[in-house]
Amino acid sequence: MRGEGSTEVGGLRRGAQPAYAGPIFTHLRCAGGRENAAPSFDLKRSVEQLLQHCLNALILGGTYALLGIGLTLIFGIMRVVNFTHGELYSFGAYAMYMWVMVSGVNFFVALPLAILLGVLLGAAIEFLLLRRLRGADIDTTMLVMIGAWIALQNIEQLSWSGVAKSIDSPFPASPLVLGPVSVSWNRLFVFVVALALIAATYALINRTKLGKAMRATFQDRETAALMGVQINSIYTATFALGSGLAAAAGALLGPVFVVYPTMGDLASLKAFAIVILGGLGSIPGATIGGFILAFMEELGAGYVSSGYRDAMGFLLIIIILLVKPTGLFAQKERIG
Amino acid sequence: MASRPFKTMLAALGATLLAGAAAAQEPIKIGVTQPLTGAFAASGNYVAQGAKIAEEEINKAGGVLGRKIQLIVEDNKSNPTEAVATAEKLIVKDKVPVMMGAWSSTLTLAVMPKLEEYKVPMLVETSSSGKITVSGNPYIFRISPTSEMEAKAFTPLFKKLGIKKADFLSTNNDFGLGAAKEFSEAAKREGVTVGVMETMDPKATDFSAQLAKIKASGSDTLFVTTAVEQITLLLKQAKDQQLIARIITTGGSNSPDQLIAQAGAAANGSYHLVFFTPWFPEAVKNPDIAKKFVALWNEKKYNVGGLTEGFRGWDGIHTIVAAIKAAGKAEPAAIQQALWGVKVQGINGDIAFIKQGPAGKESAQNVPSVYLVKIEGGKVTRQ
Repeated sequence: MRGEGSTEVGGLRRGAQPAYAGPIFTHLRCAGGRENAAPSFDLKRSVEQLLQHCLNALILGGTYALLGIGLTLIFGIMRVVNFTHGELYSFGAYAMYMWVMVSGVNFFVALPLAILLGVLLGAAIEFLLLRRLRGADIDTTMLVMIGAWIALQNIEQLSWSGVAKSIDSPFPASPLVLGPVSVSWNRLFVFVVALALIAATYALINRTKLGKAMRATFQDRETAALMGVQINSIYTATFALGSGLAAAAGALLGPVFVVYPTMGDLASLKAFAIVILGGLGSIPGATIGGFILAFMEELGAGYVSSGYRDAMGFLLIIIILLVKPTGLFAQKERIG
Repeated sequence: MASRPFKTMLAALGATLLAGAAAAQEPIKIGVTQPLTGAFAASGNYVAQGAKIAEEEINKAGGVLGRKIQLIVEDNKSNPTEAVATAEKLIVKDKVPVMMGAWSSTLTLAVMPKLEEYKVPMLVETSSSGKITVSGNPYIFRISPTSEMEAKAFTPLFKKLGIKKADFLSTNNDFGLGAAKEFSEAAKREGVTVGVMETMDPKATDFSAQLAKIKASGSDTLFVTTAVEQITLLLKQAKDQQLIARIITTGGSNSPDQLIAQAGAAANGSYHLVFFTPWFPEAVKNPDIAKKFVALWNEKKYNVGGLTEGFRGWDGIHTIVAAIKAAGKAEPAAIQQALWGVKVQGINGDIAFIKQGPAGKESAQNVPSVYLVKIEGGKVTRQ
């Protein structure tokens, strides 16, 4: 089509006349860049690449796990198909932006404040929307949550505009270099905090009285109520906790990435994938699921095709679900 | 000899007639479809702001054909399905005789069949994919350069910049893949080794896997094609992974000011192909127009980082209005015909269309200016 047949291709063949009227500003000095191109295969470099991929996957996995455990509480234990999970994630990031960049609060003070706001928003969603829907069928709840998702995203768009915002972080700009590989300090911090939050959540569910009440409520609501558990408060607390974890992921990652209204969409999608992969309601499952997804994406993109990076993760999920339809660590369900 | 009551009557009659004429002088509608929300929201809003500045300016000067113009801006939500819906709404409900849109190759390609269906011309202000002007759609009038033009303009710079081996990282859509193809072919023609060609999902925020692979390829230069949001993240992450290759972004949706504000030190040393240089308005083809536009933009207190997008909206609306003026009437076929003949002094040089695509069904393509700038020490520089 662009071959000999066409008369004028982009005006580029008009004899002596230059194709571009405007000047091209260039930087004539040869800055940076190595003069000698390296051979195409190099064992040392390949090993370094593998190490970097593994480190990247580990760091990414921590974030995925954090997103996953928040949702596994809500979707897995409460059985609410929570489409607002991604919005809580972006809400956390915007809360962080508001505290750090608008109010000038210290980064490490802003982080718990942002998470707290996420917890409050989660409690509000449960109190205002879900409480009225208790006992309603799953389709109704799903529609309401889709509505809440769209409403929240548009409120963010209205309040903050579509232009991406960045959050300054107090970490050094130069990365931590470990031999041939490197990682940014900010991401390392995210990884450590994410692991701490995962451990704390696990302990809360399995080791505390509140956790026991949560487990009891979602196993059998009526019996739990008869045993004196305030089931309404437990519903609100569980949804608020799950939402708080999503907000924490957003608040932690906001400074790593940039903050924009639709940032939650992909996060939400990944969170659902991780929860299903790990088995509904299982915290260890969501944690390990998060890491598996991260490794699959990273290595798949690195060695197979980066265009199919997201498809790699879902391919793995299909395979795992074919073999084990309830996910890797599904809790045993009581039947009858 | 007219009596007083007769004069009054005459005046009243005249006033009524004039009022009737004025009512007939409804504004000429111009449909605009832009991504005002969603992934490309920032850029879409800037283009719409530039277009609004042009609308105000034209109406202040008396409009066109004695009528005011009225932009009807619809949000295509960065989504091809929505882009089609907005085009249909603008053409069928608002009955616009001409459109501008749709920001990005994917959105524009989605709208194109509707233009053919309803026979309404569209001025394409932002889109790089070659496909748009070679697919035989005679309703397309593109003022932004194709990736092929950008690559041709860049060709002498492979040697000047001392590029020996180049990697490519592009967003996985018509825009990114088209640019990677054109620039890698241009590189090969210049004897440059092509290393890895990586893609990223348009929504992705983490490029660590791609960067680790690019780092291992050991190239001296990385060509990146995507919009400003992903470029920001990419510059930051490239620094985290200590990528030493020089980064050059193509496509003109790279808003260097926004990169400086958001990527900070990570933006230093990166090169960007842009289609307007608001930092040096005196250096463009029509400096007076560029300066005037920058002044109007700042007067509105719009984001300075949006100038490199906003100018397209301004150029687009002025080109459309020039065509309406030449056509003498606000009808799709007449405007389509007139667009072929327009010569407009735009911010990005002089706008005029040449033919591209299969004979008999040619699309129109402008030959715009392309500039390479570099970010150094937190400032946009030229050498």
